[in-house]
Amino acid sequence: MARSKIDRRKFLAGVALAGAASASPEGAKATTPIMERAPRPSALRPSAAVAAAETGTPQISAKPAGMPGSDFMVDVIKSLDIPYLPSNPAQSFRGLHESLIDYGGNKKPEFLTCTHEETSVAMAHGYFKIAGKPLLVLCHGTVGLQHAAMAIYNAWCDRVPVIVMGGTDLDASKRPPGVPTFHSAQDVCALVRDFTKWDDQPVSLQHFAQSFVRAYKLAMTPPYEPVALALDAELQEMTVRDRPKLTIPRYVPTAPPQGDLNAVREAARLLANAEHPVIVADKCARTANGVRLLVELAEALQAPVIDQKGRMNFPNTHPLSQNARSRALIGEADVILGLELSDYWATVNAFIDNGEIDGTGLQESQIKPTVKLISISSVLLNTKSNYQDFQRLQVVDIEMAADAEATLPALIEAVKQTLPSGRKAAIEARGAAMKKAWSEARDRTRQAAAYAWDASPISTARMAMEVYAQIKDLDWSSVGGDRQLSSWPSRLWPMEKYYHHIGGPGGYGIGYGAPAAVGAALANRDAGRFSINFQPDGDMMYSPGVLWTAVHHGIPLLTVMHNNRGYHQEVMHVQRVANRRDRIAYAGKDLGPIGTRIENPVIDYGKLAGSLGMWSAGPITDPKDLAPALKKAVQVVKAGEPALVDVVTQPR
Amino acid sequence: MVVRALIVLSVTMIFAQDPTAAASTEHGKVAYMQHGCWQCHGTVGQGSIATSGGKPLAPDPLPWETFSSFVRSTNRAMPPYSDKILTEGDLEDIYAYLQSIPKPADAKTIPLLNP
Repeated sequence: MARSKIDRRKFLAGVALAGAASASPEGAKATTPIMERAPRPSALRPSAAVAAAETGTPQISAKPAGMPGSDFMVDVIKSLDIPYLPSNPAQSFRGLHESLIDYGGNKKPEFLTCTHEETSVAMAHGYFKIAGKPLLVLCHGTVGLQHAAMAIYNAWCDRVPVIVMGGTDLDASKRPPGVPTFHSAQDVCALVRDFTKWDDQPVSLQHFAQSFVRAYKLAMTPPYEPVALALDAELQEMTVRDRPKLTIPRYVPTAPPQGDLNAVREAARLLANAEHPVIVADKCARTANGVRLLVELAEALQAPVIDQKGRMNFPNTHPLSQNARSRALIGEADVILGLELSDYWATVNAFIDNGEIDGTGLQESQIKPTVKLISISSVLLNTKSNYQDFQRLQVVDIEMAADAEATLPALIEAVKQTLPSGRKAAIEARGAAMKKAWSEARDRTRQAAAYAWDASPISTARMAMEVYAQIKDLDWSSVGGDRQLSSWPSRLWPMEKYYHHIGGPGGYGIGYGAPAAVGAALANRDAGRFSINFQPDGDMMYSPGVLWTAVHHGIPLLTVMHNNRGYHQEVMHVQRVANRRDRIAYAGKDLGPIGTRIENPVIDYGKLAGSLGMWSAGPITDPKDLAPALKKAVQVVKAGEPALVDVVTQPR
Repeated sequence: MVVRALIVLSVTMIFAQDPTAAASTEHGKVAYMQHGCWQCHGTVGQGSIATSGGKPLAPDPLPWETFSSFVRSTNRAMPPYSDKILTEGDLEDIYAYLQSIPKPADAKTIPLLNP
């Protein structure tokens, strides 16, 4: 349909004139011809009062000389080359918002419209794990920052930098009454102080410049963590009268902390002389170089590597990849090297949730009493205490408060220098044994995947391999966690590159999966990669609005719903407790304990995605229907759009 | 008379060997779902490394005595099912259901598992 040549503003101006004219016969004569010349509008005409309100001249004094404070803030933000700004719009940062789009040209950063602040932060979280660059998120004062808090905590636990700014209006004598005051606080960053690395509340524009650059710098120094700044409304909207006097500090990246050389040499000595060394990595490799370094260390020692999958640390196609034998290897190890472990205690101990010891469960050591434990982790440099993400204290023999990836070159060099020449044959034999074990484990894993192959609900192994068949020839990136589908992708797909998987949420706060996947897919889009996310259903319903964001901004991502129709972890927890109490877990009309299932009615995720403008298929219950639907979905994503396939699945 | 005696003897011997021989596979499947076995072991007993140590329940479940004893008295990650919440009859039927589940294909014959 051809658009009217008259735009809304001119149309309203005409209506306003007509409205005014109705009170004055002279005016009516003067304005009627204008309306007669105008094309017929397609919408109802607003009343005279509405039109006057929209077109009237605001009572504003003369435009002050100088630039808005928020324009200077944009200069500061642009100095750090931040590509995107996922945010939900809000009054408390309206000045900066306007400057970003009208002064900054909506480029670096580009505003990404989000439907929830938790989504905004989780998108930034996922983006960093692919691109290695932090994003900026604006939050609406007290309310927006509280919405964002869960996602900030996930980023904190996952050691991911996000720069969060919370709008506020500090001067109580000037701020508008009512809503803006509800949304202001005297110390808005206090909301998230326990799980941000640093925060500040700048009180001048120069202060803002210093604090923004400092915040970026601290966030990007291991351990990477989120940071927060309060964004005062008055600073945004004040006038800068002498811009040249304001300076923007130059950003110089901080060298990451490396392990003490004496500690590195001692660790190398233990590893080089060990009979059964084991390397355990969690959030160690964050780049292609990190993966390469870990391979080099493992090969020098011919030591097995257990990848705890906080990141893609080690290629599962390498014979020294021994995830399937982790418990046995930990049990026989004489030296264990832990690299950025989220939980060293749980790596070398077992916790059995069986209600023993007054209901707390059994705790059993899994290691020999003589084993030597080495740890390299930058998280030791964190000093927050309220939230318990640092896990239990595990006593180790050598502990380095350092970034593991940055320390690996020195450790590799020290190991190579220390390896006794007389142990060459023994080390080679260890490698040969690992190769045989790797091959046998691979066969066992494939056979395990054959169980329930034709079942309905569809087995998670079948779902994983049907997807892989469609994407195996692409440069793919799995941008969601896979623990909830028995880790089939990371057990069966050849994962070799750092972006082949990116780990999980960190803090296990539900609502991370879908938005983090969209954020990671955004980074992959810019790198020309194909993104795939296996999306748990419970997680999806925390933040379904992000599907719209993906469509709106053209972020290609294949979402495959792992739709087991329940909060399945909780299904099992309630069942377990009921059994121990010798009671039947009451399910009501559901298939699992009341309060744990997402059924009656079931959710149609295809329709949900469709309603948000996304191509979708499903629900699919017959495994034979998977391939055709996935094939179409992959074509949609390859064309640059997101797509969703709803698969009704086995529980795990 | 002799034939009848032999039949009775045979039936007696069968039940002596396997108390689940007269169990109902169909009811066993219903009981398997109602009592929550599927939650950790999957609807066809395939298991998961996340929830059951990667060990499938079926096909070829543990011998009945071992299976029954484990279900009643386990004290590890799996909670025990006393006869107060899972009757002996239901447990026998569940066992029959697990026995009825066909073997999976050899992974080598599934193209998607050999990309």
